Amino acid sequence: MTDQSVASELELVGNPATVRIDSPITRVAKEFVEDRIAIAGLILIVAIAFVAIAAPWIAPQDPYDLAQLSILDGGLPPGAESMTGQTYWLGTDQQGRDMLSGIMYGLRISLLVAAVSLGLAITIGVVVGVAAAYFGGKLDSFIMRIVDLQLSFPAILIALILLALLGRGVDKVILALVIVQWAYYARTVRSSAIVERRKDYIDAARCLALSHRRIMFRHLLPNCVPPLIVVATVQIAQAIALEATLSFLGVGVPITEPSLGLLIANGYDYLLSGRYWVSLFPGIALVLTIVAINVVGDRLRDVLNPRLST
Amino acid sequence: MIVYLVRRFGQSLLAIAAMAVLVFLGVYAIGNPVDILISPEATQADIIATTERLGLDKPLYEQFGIFIWNALHGDLGNSFVYGRPALDIILERLPATMELALVALVISVGFGVPLGVWAGLRPTSLAGRTIMGGSILGFSLPNFWQGMLLILVFAVLLGWLPAGGRGETTEFLGLEVSFLTLDGLSHLILPAINLALFKMSLIIRLARANTREVALQDYVKFARAKGLSTRRVVLVHILKNIMIPVVTIIGLELGSMVAFAIVTETVFAWPGMGKLLIDSINLLDRPLIVAYLMLTVLIIVMINLLVDVLYSMLDPRIRLSEMKG
Repeated sequence: MTDQSVASELELVGNPATVRIDSPITRVAKEFVEDRIAIAGLILIVAIAFVAIAAPWIAPQDPYDLAQLSILDGGLPPGAESMTGQTYWLGTDQQGRDMLSGIMYGLRISLLVAAVSLGLAITIGVVVGVAAAYFGGKLDSFIMRIVDLQLSFPAILIALILLALLGRGVDKVILALVIVQWAYYARTVRSSAIVERRKDYIDAARCLALSHRRIMFRHLLPNCVPPLIVVATVQIAQAIALEATLSFLGVGVPITEPSLGLLIANGYDYLLSGRYWVSLFPGIALVLTIVAINVVGDRLRDVLNPRLST
Repeated sequence: MIVYLVRRFGQSLLAIAAMAVLVFLGVYAIGNPVDILISPEATQADIIATTERLGLDKPLYEQFGIFIWNALHGDLGNSFVYGRPALDIILERLPATMELALVALVISVGFGVPLGVWAGLRPTSLAGRTIMGGSILGFSLPNFWQGMLLILVFAVLLGWLPAGGRGETTEFLGLEVSFLTLDGLSHLILPAINLALFKMSLIIRLARANTREVALQDYVKFARAKGLSTRRVVLVHILKNIMIPVVTIIGLELGSMVAFAIVTETVFAWPGMGKLLIDSINLLDRPLIVAYLMLTVLIIVMINLLVDVLYSMLDPRIRLSEMKG
């Protein structure tokens, strides 16, 4: 520790009112906004999330209400007008479905699957990871064996096996993604919790005879959050891509609830015959979503990891 | 060393055993295969007869024993669709997948390492930033989408390369390969690039991060101070030291390439075992699914074992920490 920092710390102890220290969240936010590309990514994520949530109210058409579809409008190129004077900005598919509306609804399903599986996988991973680090011993080595075993196989292979056995369905895709992803969170949380566990404040908490649960989740867990955020941003992008891939391969979501991946797969047959828009635009929406999340995740990693920021 | 080898080999066996149990439980215990095998009009007597013939009336542990016994003898059952041993059908498709994976690996290392080192040496330069931006894109574009774009541009718009299939193959060391004929090579190029791009981004990032760390080390500064040419410093002092993590990743990624080939093979209609798996899933051909899974698990576990052993030979610290643990 340099003299200067000792001095500032002394000052802090002596006179707490004069020195204002930013909370960790403010510090991260301040550093985050220094990168313009990351801000653009964040804005894009918010916009995409808004479109996905508000799709039923802002989409020009309900693409799954057959009464609103006209087969005569099938296969129109982008910018064409419908019989009723409505403009199809991104063209239509074979059934005369407006691609713009289809993409909005598709985003909804893609993001829903990713968000729900993220929430469940984090919950399981955090509980298991913290418990492994906190209790150690046999429990720890048992859990980490399972985690290592699972992580030694590619995620796509495991998800594909599960869906081949379970069949199609939104709930089944979510289940497969949770099973694939929990191990990443468990490993991340455990590796930082095992360092934190040896620190004095945990010993202090134990001396106070606090319950294991309280120490694990109120004392240990909050100090393991930064790496968890980084892994979560990477993993949610992975989850969206994986869901799209599974749906593209025909083992993901059912035809009645098409995600972006299924829209792309439906348009794939027309790609070679020149009707590029049926699968190109859903693909662009998918890629924009994933790129935006990865850009933000990259920046978060730099900000949250002081070792790399030099 | 021997202690370590035995220990590591035991772990591999355990991994294979665990996957065998999971695959068995998954495929044989969930749902009733008889429902798929037999026509809906079958009588109760037919159903019982089929169940007995397949050994499904036996207790689960006994069925599992039979499954393992047969699997150890190389018998993973007959394919429902082809009516031939499932393992034979998979093995016929294996060379195509391995060829694709190996060519993709060569591409991803051949381009990934130089680009990563370049970006690591000049992290703030325009080239360095462009390479990093490109690698985010390579990371973000889902595999199947990259493949479709490649087809759209090079096959549909430009018409330079074929959109699918394997093209003309020739015999090489007793295997059918594509890369020795011009036609085969033109079929191979797009799928191989497609499979390589994701791994290439990974290797670029890894090489860049390691180069940045190594370039600050004292021995690099000393080498420069000694007056060695930049070329020598980069090629000998830096490259050698970043290769340890890169080699590990390369080994591990070969296994995941076999898995990711499922997607590439489906997009490009490449007749490998990944496409066979997707076809089998759609046709509910369970023995083929099981055979594919067991074989892939075996390949991946073997690769992991090989990488770990090689790695422990290169770096004794790993061996020591494993023996203690």
